[in-house]
Amino acid sequence: MQRTAIISIPQPRSKRRRGGSRVARIGLYAFLISAALFFLLPLYIMLVTSFKSMDEIRLGQLFALPSTWSLDAWFAAWSSACTGVSCEGIRGGFTNSIAIVVPSTIIPIMLGALNGYALSFWRPRGANILFGVLMVGAFIPVQVMIFPLVRLLAAVDLYSSLPGIVIVHTIFSMPMMTLLFRNYYSSIPHELFQAARIDGGGFWRILFQLVLPMSAPIIVVAAIMQVTGVWNDYLLGLVFAGRENLPMTVQLNNVINTTTGTREYNVNMAATILTSLVPLVLYFVSGRWFVRGITAGAVK
Amino acid sequence: MRLKTIARKLIPYGAITPLALIVLVAYVGTVLWSIKISLTSSRSLPTDTFVGMTQYAKLFENERWLLSIENLAIYSVLFIVASMVIGFLLAAFIDQKVKAEGVLRTVFLYPYAMSFVATGLVWQWMLTPGIGIENAVRQWGFPNFEFDWIIDQDKVIYTIVIATVWQTSGLVMAMMLAGLRGIDQEIWKATRLDGIPAWRVYLSIILPMMAPTLATVFLLLSTAAIKLFDSVVAMTQGGPGTASEVPAKFIMDHLFGRANIALASAGAVMLLVPVVALLAPYMYARMHARSNARSHATSAVNKKEVPLNKVSRGAT
Repeated sequence: MQRTAIISIPQPRSKRRRGGSRVARIGLYAFLISAALFFLLPLYIMLVTSFKSMDEIRLGQLFALPSTWSLDAWFAAWSSACTGVSCEGIRGGFTNSIAIVVPSTIIPIMLGALNGYALSFWRPRGANILFGVLMVGAFIPVQVMIFPLVRLLAAVDLYSSLPGIVIVHTIFSMPMMTLLFRNYYSSIPHELFQAARIDGGGFWRILFQLVLPMSAPIIVVAAIMQVTGVWNDYLLGLVFAGRENLPMTVQLNNVINTTTGTREYNVNMAATILTSLVPLVLYFVSGRWFVRGITAGAVK
Repeated sequence: MRLKTIARKLIPYGAITPLALIVLVAYVGTVLWSIKISLTSSRSLPTDTFVGMTQYAKLFENERWLLSIENLAIYSVLFIVASMVIGFLLAAFIDQKVKAEGVLRTVFLYPYAMSFVATGLVWQWMLTPGIGIENAVRQWGFPNFEFDWIIDQDKVIYTIVIATVWQTSGLVMAMMLAGLRGIDQEIWKATRLDGIPAWRVYLSIILPMMAPTLATVFLLLSTAAIKLFDSVVAMTQGGPGTASEVPAKFIMDHLFGRANIALASAGAVMLLVPVVALLAPYMYARMHARSNARSHATSAVNKKEVPLNKVSRGAT
């Protein structure tokens, strides 16, 4: 799991060409292009639907472009769609998600870096056993842990609160963060660390002056993973965040599965895109870093 | 002076205290607690009245649970097989030195950047008969076209397979592609000299060589299948009726909706069974591979470790 999990896709080597014949090449591209169209289909439908009016949607031409483009559904999704009883759109969810994502990114990264550093350079006794249990723990279905965590957080009065949901995200991201940093640090030459020790560097000094400054690439990967993972979370937000802090994903589900009134599909699709915008932009902007992060995070 | 050195030696232990707390309390502690609750008669609040295996017996008499297990079994097999086959095909085709490889990879992988709730909602809408794909195809001149699986009790679980395979196979592609690119080019040259057709090379040589990648992908997909929850909530809310019920959702409903935490905990503990069954052979194979690698490795690795201990001991 460790080594293969953290991969980036190598570039194709030159001087390689298989499946030589012309017909085979055409078949190859036909397959890839139709697959690409299938993958893009939901995105396309989401986009065109969000610009249509409800009258046009009722015509049932799912694939057609809007006859008149309108941003009304986007404004409605943002500021007036009903999530359950209140009708203030999903903008509240947006700020809630931000409020959850920021600390749930910073704290797990800090802890992950600290754990990885201690594990790969200092190796305190028993730490490897802890790490092993943590790695196995990464595979425990959350349902096994949820109720005890609810009781624990309720006992310290943090259930249904912002600190509560941040703690929960920190707990569930600990395996991946620790693994990422541990593997990264074990690839750093140990001679560097030894030299710093001989020069009298202590635990914190080596961390802050030597190790962390070299950690920028892995911190970026970890941050992309955390932002995406926490932003896209539904289950934990639903259970632990409390009504005041519901993240965007939970509000989105409430908007769409609210059973009262007619379903405004254009508003629903606009709300879905708005909810997906942050991770999608992150994905398109960060490219290969993102791939590294999610293929590593996929082991979660 | 002595106190200072002792304190300094304790710093690394202090640094991993948060890790230790998380592991012991949040991972080990919660699992033990869930097991304990599953052996009691707790309803909405935990009690200490032990009733042995009663909850497990009740669980396997519960039709909703049995249905959810059946659904999970169908779903897991289809989801894992389809994701792996599609992911591998995409990777193998992309690996043929195609133009615009970057664009294609981006397109295949973007669904994974979105949340399961969001993609579930889009698919729910596209699959709704009166207004979605079915209706659109009818208007194209196929008035008898039918695609109403999402409201069909017998077929609804397949719609969840479609949506989640669409979401996940890009990730599988990315991992498979990395595996393919890790294979020595000499093998391709040799098979070409021997005139072996490409599909045979893939089946008999490349796939076996990719065994570690396949194992990782398999483990990843199967644990994802066991956790299936968000997509079901977004697409069908378990319906129509209880036709698309899955264990994770059964557990959540009984924890928070139906106030039967003992039964829910029994269900949760049962989810650990497939996880352990999958993880144990995987970990064993990994450890086996590692100890093999270690015995084959040169002494360079050992050299690296020994002086480190000496240095740290000498410096304190």
